[in-house]
Amino acid sequence: METPEQIRDRLLARFPGAPVTLVPNGAPGGQASLLLEPSQAREMAEFLRDDPSLQLDFCSNMTGVDWPQAGCLEAVYHLYSMARKHGPLVIRQRTANRADGAAVASLTPVWRSAEFQEREAFDLFGIGFTGHPDLRRILMWDGFEDHPMRKDYAEPDDYEWEPTPHDAVLAKARLHYASAPVAPPAKEASP
Amino acid sequence: MSITPEEKDELRRHGLLLTSLEELAGWGRSHSVWPLQFGLACCAIEMIAASMARYDIARFGSEVFRASPRQADLLIVSGTVTKKMAPQVVRLWNQMPDPKYCIAMGACAISGGPFKQGYNVLKGIDRLIPVDIYVPGCPPRPEALLHGLIQLQEKIRGQKLAFGGNAEGPAGECPVPECGGHDLVPPSNPDYFHPPQLVRAGKS
Repeated sequence: METPEQIRDRLLARFPGAPVTLVPNGAPGGQASLLLEPSQAREMAEFLRDDPSLQLDFCSNMTGVDWPQAGCLEAVYHLYSMARKHGPLVIRQRTANRADGAAVASLTPVWRSAEFQEREAFDLFGIGFTGHPDLRRILMWDGFEDHPMRKDYAEPDDYEWEPTPHDAVLAKARLHYASAPVAPPAKEASP
Repeated sequence: MSITPEEKDELRRHGLLLTSLEELAGWGRSHSVWPLQFGLACCAIEMIAASMARYDIARFGSEVFRASPRQADLLIVSGTVTKKMAPQVVRLWNQMPDPKYCIAMGACAISGGPFKQGYNVLKGIDRLIPVDIYVPGCPPRPEALLHGLIQLQEKIRGQKLAFGGNAEGPAGECPVPECGGHDLVPPSNPDYFHPPQLVRAGKS
């Protein structure tokens, strides 16, 4: 398969003026990815799928990423080609902000396999997908208001009964402890 | 005139059966506990194994897994109860006729188990409905479930006979929680769930 740099250059030649950014990856695998602009992501995705030398006809995985510092949410797609037996190519889209209406372009019309996974990202990250045929929550119930996979998610406090708490759970369980009289710790029973 | 259990046993050895209606009813009820055919997760596989020929729950009279809560005496909560599923579990419990019993099978049904810290898992079914027997394990072996059933039979045999209900069990329906904006509303049933107040000196 062509390198991500070559694919980026071909995308830039095919869609003049559209920003396509190469996102390098410092991990040992070094798998660079392409950051697409949501306004043209759908056309670019169709190009990646239909281009005769790429034929990335299979979206194996779609997931979300929360970037609280950068103030955006990211949708990541892993693409393979069944016809050409190559891949993966990783493409990303970023929302403008982390507000409730933040959205990227849905790629479900291009790869049907993204449908449930985009719903999951909508449910757990709160990423909207414009153009998705059936955008509803898929795991949590409809009346649920939070997005549990976001880094600033505050889970409900039901730590009142923790027999053996430790680490983060201990910190939460402590809030429920009765105010203990300042006394030396209970003496261990001697065998 | 009262007869001690020892005297009763002595009479039984001589072919005389002395019993009371209560004892007879308890004997009958404890050997025909009909479980609800209801599985939630991997513990349900063990429950199915317990009902098959190798472990054979029919030896204890509980092979009749009923597909309707109206015909069941025992709710085996076999697996993880998610907060989305919890209202349905409580509804099934409410639909069962008295006297009824509940076995919490496995770590998830007891406390949330490995998913205890998850945002979507109920931390023990005893937060919402009364539980008679806890069977620990992840999942418990079929023998453990059978042991739990035998313990439940002991409990049933020790109960007073009551007409129109379970004399020692809970009365009325359990309130069905709503799926709210952040959690179940209410998150637990204060009638049944009393977490122990932990006092830990030198730790807070």
